[in-house]
Amino acid sequence: MVVSVASTGSDTADPVQHSTFFASRYVRDPLPRFRMPERSIPREAAYQIINDELMLDGNPRLNLASFVTTWMEPECDKLIMDSVNKNYVDMDEYPVTTELQNRCVNMIAHLFNAPIKEDETAIGVGTVGSSEAIMLAGLAFKRKWQNKRKEQGKPCDKPNIVTGANVQVCWEKFARYFEVELKEVKLSEGYYVMDPVKAVELVDENTICVAAILGSTLTGEFEDVKLLNNLLTEKNKETGWDVPIHVDAASGGFIAPFLYPELEWDFRLPLVKSINVSGHKYGLVYPGVGWVIWRCKEDLPEELIFHINYLGTDQPTFTLNFSKGSSQIIAQYYQLIRLGFEGYKNIMENCMENTAILRQGIEATGRFEILSKEAGVPLVAFSLKDRDRYTVFDISENLRRFGWIVPAYTMPANAEHVAVLRVVIREDLSRSLAERLVVDIVKILHELDAHAAQVVKVSSAIAKQSGDDGIVTKKSVLETEREIFAYWRDQVKKKKTGPC
Amino acid sequence: MVLSKAVSESDMSVHSTFASRYVRSSLPRYRMPDNSIPKEAAYQIINDELMLDGNPRLNLASFVTTWMEPECDKLIMAAINKNYVDMDEYPVTTELQNRCVNMIAHLFHAPLGESETAVGVGTVGSSEAIMLAGLAFKRRWQNKRKAEGKPFDKPNIITGANVQVCWEKFARYFEVELKEVKLRDGYYVMDPVQAVEMVDENTICVAAILGSTLNGEFEDVKLLNDLLEKKNKETGWETPIHVDAASGGFIAPFLYPELEWDFRLPWVKSINVSGHKYGLVYAGIGWCIWRNKEDLPEELIFHINYLGADQPTFTLNFSKGSSQVIAQYYQLIRHGFEGYRNIMENCHENAMVLKEGLVRTGRFDIVSKDEGVPLVAFSLKDRSRHDEFEISDMLRRFGWIVPAYTMPADAQHVTVLRVVIREEFSRTLAERLVLDIEKVMYQLDALPSKLMPPVLLPPAPLLVAAKKSELETQRSVTEAWKKFVLAKRTNGVC
Repeated sequence: MVVSVASTGSDTADPVQHSTFFASRYVRDPLPRFRMPERSIPREAAYQIINDELMLDGNPRLNLASFVTTWMEPECDKLIMDSVNKNYVDMDEYPVTTELQNRCVNMIAHLFNAPIKEDETAIGVGTVGSSEAIMLAGLAFKRKWQNKRKEQGKPCDKPNIVTGANVQVCWEKFARYFEVELKEVKLSEGYYVMDPVKAVELVDENTICVAAILGSTLTGEFEDVKLLNNLLTEKNKETGWDVPIHVDAASGGFIAPFLYPELEWDFRLPLVKSINVSGHKYGLVYPGVGWVIWRCKEDLPEELIFHINYLGTDQPTFTLNFSKGSSQIIAQYYQLIRLGFEGYKNIMENCMENTAILRQGIEATGRFEILSKEAGVPLVAFSLKDRDRYTVFDISENLRRFGWIVPAYTMPANAEHVAVLRVVIREDLSRSLAERLVVDIVKILHELDAHAAQVVKVSSAIAKQSGDDGIVTKKSVLETEREIFAYWRDQVKKKKTGPC
Repeated sequence: MVLSKAVSESDMSVHSTFASRYVRSSLPRYRMPDNSIPKEAAYQIINDELMLDGNPRLNLASFVTTWMEPECDKLIMAAINKNYVDMDEYPVTTELQNRCVNMIAHLFHAPLGESETAVGVGTVGSSEAIMLAGLAFKRRWQNKRKAEGKPFDKPNIITGANVQVCWEKFARYFEVELKEVKLRDGYYVMDPVQAVEMVDENTICVAAILGSTLNGEFEDVKLLNDLLEKKNKETGWETPIHVDAASGGFIAPFLYPELEWDFRLPWVKSINVSGHKYGLVYAGIGWCIWRNKEDLPEELIFHINYLGADQPTFTLNFSKGSSQVIAQYYQLIRHGFEGYRNIMENCHENAMVLKEGLVRTGRFDIVSKDEGVPLVAFSLKDRSRHDEFEISDMLRRFGWIVPAYTMPADAQHVTVLRVVIREEFSRTLAERLVLDIEKVMYQLDALPSKLMPPVLLPPAPLLVAAKKSELETQRSVTEAWKKFVLAKRTNGVC
């Protein structure tokens, strides 16, 4: 009689079926990093592996470096998930989604006081972010200027754009990739935005536009677009050059209309021809949506628009990206109708109040100087009064231990000696969190103070022992201290340029 | 005695959405509403309007992925608030991108040493990837011409007329001339011989497509490489090749591993692939891989200092979501080589099932090849009475979205219907589609042709005194309303 033995085959059976993931062999196998693995693995294993590694990313909500939205209502999350498989560019297949984008464009255009009549539709487009929006706006200016120069029979090979040195990196990208010269108005200590007077001085016949920022990345300040408009109008009259303005309202575009409605910065100023705003900053949507609005049809040269025929419908498009998800557009529409004007206003007012709380708390420590203004984007930028013992970079690093991500950076030319910490107040930074942050900053100051004092003791002991030629060089405590700190600080840090 | 009444009316949160006033108010369309509305109302209003969008999974026009596993959906939702560009705050996410770049570079046989890292980047799609690749070629060519003291104001790029629109965008926005190799009847991809003839000293690169949008065909990159090698030797121009493998990049390595189209060919300097096509990820991710560091001019790379870390970046977009990058990594390790191969083989088989079903009807010519991207492009044998646009329209009534379009120059007289077979298009669905197409053909046969000369309809047949047979009357009434149902469509494809 043959006794048959059932094959238990424990090597071959998929252990995940019988035991939890953490009992399976998948947690023992090295994770594929640079080559695709040969074999498949069960989906639960793939999920767990990735999920666990991602635990070591920073917590987005404690990322106080970023203006970009990190929280939305669960209802909106549902809409986002439902539309994650809709390719936005398939306009004919998803006509409602396309229409939602058009509605957003119109709502935002009206928010910016675009001169559109009752039955006219606005000119604008949804993008992946302000970078794409700025590139499209810049392209439109470049092409308009080239056409004008060609008509006049003048050379059109050296276009330039005038901005402040405080511009976000995407302007530099635009300039480099689209071969436009970037003429930057340098900053100065105490004046961290573009000076309209200097800007207009830099304008010449090759200037395709002057770009003003509403909500400087560095200090949250709004540039004086009205003054720029007035000065530029005068210069245009004298020279006949017709140089336009673009307002980079990436952050400020969803703040100014609600908090400072009387501030004239948008299409109310006649030389402003296009505006970009990030839907994913104070538009209160997750990363991945921006908007660019043009004043009117004439400001967007027809030759840049592609007419694609999808299944019989003509769809004009002007974007750099083609296929992309629809979720953020739908989320933007959700926010616009869910909150309405009053909702956005309430949220911005809350942000400003919490900013004030944070600012007062920081000022109360007596150790910091506040560089950000009270009006502008809700953020607090502050620098150390006494930079001899430690710097803002030290504070930034130590805050990480508590879980906070607060960036430190130096100002661009010509204020590179100024280093700041910057905390951005988003919708989801409540008062209690703001107060906790102040408490943690105070803790760190105490720690750093104590550490500095300790090093002084050690260094003076070393100073007494050193001196190889019998002469004990008595360094002052301060000098030694400075040397040691300079040494280890330089080991850890590199020179910082701009922030994001 | 005063009877007090509890306030019952105005607490809107008590009412169900459909009982509330929000479904009676007109939805704001062009101006922001002044007031807020409850989140449930906002959700319901938008969700309900979106019901009238097409069903993404029945959208057979698109190559872009429309289904992923629920575990991946969970990862996507968890990462939705991570701004991908914050590299220092999210180092693991950044590393996952780097791993994907390396995995894909190895898949394309990039000539990397064991410890070398690949040169490449994640993008929002192939459009951005192509623009970056094109920019790199343009800059390299300009630098070379400057070094030679020659003019560099007229760069051009050579492609087939079958290119996807993003090449035209690149050409127009970045001021490069687009020289297109025309197609011809029966030959719907770029002819390498003609392409190489068009190369001149101003050509920044020749772009070949692996997986033409129109009929899924793979262009002969090897032949292009060999012909270009000869011409480069004669002229010394060093014109490189870019392969637009938007669709084919995740198919060829698994189904046709012996096909040489990638970095195994020495003149191929960069390749783009769409993660959101056969990379099996939702819309919003592409990859661009360069052969090595020299092919990507350093001056195009931005070094951004975030909180002390130097991060080199070369993208057009800055802030964007992290979800798709994580989803791509999930797919690469979840499926592995064998998983992708199984999926592509299934797609190919289902494409054959569909193709054979169509051939069996006897009414269609198959325009797509068996090799290439799994799709079936077919046209009517007899176009005298009805055309492909009518079939496309009628299929919509069954829920299917199947596009019809005319070929570009010089084959504009050819019209095709195209069905793309994606991962989730099962055999059952393929068989059902064939059945529905047969139904549509049957219905069309009974209809009068809109292409025939106009028929004079009898006025209000019920009032005519002349005695018609019942059949005649019915026919004339039917003709009257049917003629308004069909309308001519134009052309073009995405």
